[in-house]
Amino acid sequence: MLPNYASPIERIWFWTFRTLCVLILIFLVSPLLVIVPLSFSSDSFLLYPIHSFSLRWYQEFFGNGVWLHSLKNSFIVAPAATLLATSLGTLAAVGLTSSDFPGKSLLMTVLISPMVVPVVIVGVGAYLFFAPLGLSNSYPALILVHTALGVPFVVITVSATLRGFNNNLIRASASLGGNAITTYRRVVLPLIAPGVISGALFAFATSFDEVVVTLFLAGPEQTTLPRQMFSGIKENISPAIAAAATVLILFSIALLLSLEWLRGRAERMRTSLAE
Amino acid sequence: MSESLSVNAPLTAADGEPLKLKLARERRNKQLKAVALIAPLAIFLLLTFVIPIATLLKRSVDNPEVVSYLPQTTKAIAGWDRRALPSEDVFRAMSQDLLVAKENKTIFEVAKRLNMDITGFRSLLQKTARKMPLELAAGESVRDRFIQIDERWGDPDHWHVIAKNAKSWTPFYLYSSLDLRETKAGTPELAPVEERAFLNIFGRTLWISLWVTVFCLLLGYPLAYWLANLPARKSNLLMILVLLPFWTSVLVRVASWIVLLQREGLINSALMNLGLIHEPLQLAFNRVGVYIAMVHILLPFVILPAYSVMKSIPQTYMRAAISLGDHPFAAFWKIYFPQTVAGVAAGALLVFIMCIGYYITPALLGSPEEQMVSYYVAFYTNVTINWGMAAALGSLLLIATMTLYAVYSKLVGANRLSLG
Repeated sequence: MLPNYASPIERIWFWTFRTLCVLILIFLVSPLLVIVPLSFSSDSFLLYPIHSFSLRWYQEFFGNGVWLHSLKNSFIVAPAATLLATSLGTLAAVGLTSSDFPGKSLLMTVLISPMVVPVVIVGVGAYLFFAPLGLSNSYPALILVHTALGVPFVVITVSATLRGFNNNLIRASASLGGNAITTYRRVVLPLIAPGVISGALFAFATSFDEVVVTLFLAGPEQTTLPRQMFSGIKENISPAIAAAATVLILFSIALLLSLEWLRGRAERMRTSLAE
Repeated sequence: MSESLSVNAPLTAADGEPLKLKLARERRNKQLKAVALIAPLAIFLLLTFVIPIATLLKRSVDNPEVVSYLPQTTKAIAGWDRRALPSEDVFRAMSQDLLVAKENKTIFEVAKRLNMDITGFRSLLQKTARKMPLELAAGESVRDRFIQIDERWGDPDHWHVIAKNAKSWTPFYLYSSLDLRETKAGTPELAPVEERAFLNIFGRTLWISLWVTVFCLLLGYPLAYWLANLPARKSNLLMILVLLPFWTSVLVRVASWIVLLQREGLINSALMNLGLIHEPLQLAFNRVGVYIAMVHILLPFVILPAYSVMKSIPQTYMRAAISLGDHPFAAFWKIYFPQTVAGVAAGALLVFIMCIGYYITPALLGSPEEQMVSYYVAFYTNVTINWGMAAALGSLLLIATMTLYAVYSKLVGANRLSLG
């Protein structure tokens, strides 16, 4: 990296810069490393040093109806929202990339806007709209709004994949007698699958991590895991939160690994197609 | 030969139809198909996202209380000259409305609304409503009786407030959100200093967002530069350290920062053990904690776009500049940096846009001094149940966000947005 002829100032700069970057990386991961051991503490406070280890907080997490109920709710709402967001978003992305029409960029801006509109506004607006319909404190409203929040990610990732898509493949399929649906199912979908799945993962993570809309729209029945953590942090911060956090961290590692695997697969497919 | 072809006869398809028409029809079909594919999502977002937000916007100017619960007064007061006391008709209409409102228990709503304009109106209205229906002596006017119940009814200012609110919409909440008040002439003026609150909150929101963006740039740019110039194997591995926190729940990260930053937290005890400090530092539940946690959460949003821009810049450019005699720093500044500005600026703008809507982190890691606009939207919704104020603050926040987002789309192009 550093050539032999580097001057002392260059050497000092090189190492300072390196140290700085490593420190920033430590800043990024330290919070995740810090909370995991605490979940194995037998103390009742979220404090270091840990005097003795136990699984008591995991028992609390998996044995306590409140935590388990919220985990179950998260696994109802997030997959449902993901399924909806992925199907609607993929269709729209196919439409957006297949042809040009007036107002397309404006439409795209609107479709992406749930990503930037402050969630509090989405939450209050959804409450004002759904409460008179008798849909506040219900699963459907929560799922619908979580879908809206996840849709932009699907649209973005799928359109990005489609832009690299070779349209001659569609023509080839048509010339071989495939109708539109066969072509889509057997040619387009397998090729854009990595984009679709990574969009789905983003949508899932968005719903799985969502608190603010849930604060406004969910009743005690619909409390999700993040919502339960929010009140946990606000009211009594116990190591059960660390246990919940560890479960969530494991979950995000799984999400990240699947995404990286997909990326690698897409990369390999692209290079093999080029050859 | 080719000339004679194009001039004499238009190109036609096998069935004799001009090719131009056929092409145009084909293109229109394709557009229709595209629209049909987008329509489900567009309709879905309209119902679950656009209309709810429009409902919120409408709420910020809604003023239904006086119009719907004091209907006769609303009608009668329209003809008032707004100088002397209103006529006997208005008083009579008021007494009838108050009787109905008392029986329907809607009096509370009106009282609450009018109390926002003049403190004490709530008790005045409720006190008067309790006296309904009036049993008047022969020749006694309703007006005299009202003034006898409470002399504030003889004050034109109180009637002025009723007249002002006898419209189904009002700029009141939007004005209040900007610390403005309506003068009698109907023009806005700035509230006295001691009554101002929201300008300060908007200022604070922008100020915190600005600093978070600056810190994200200061930390994110060098790291992205380092990662982009490492061999791919190494940088992919280190990139995981950036992506893992990015994928981790915001609440997990806030909880961790509380563990690290609280009074008995890891950082304070480490510093105390090292003998660097003797008293624990106040790091959480103040501005410092909010900055640290927000920078941590938003840093990947600068690093990822910066990294992808820097990856596309060939390393040879810098080497060429240095080999031509430039100092490495000068080469960086003149050759490398300008190529990264656009991409990094877009990332920074996105961070700023996300910042101004932040709610969770300040709510959990800040003191009241750190709460931003979003917090007050939630506060007026959940705590005081003042929909008008919640909607007005939300609308202003939305306008700010959408303006910045429009700038962002113009700069980056929403259709070129990419993730990671």
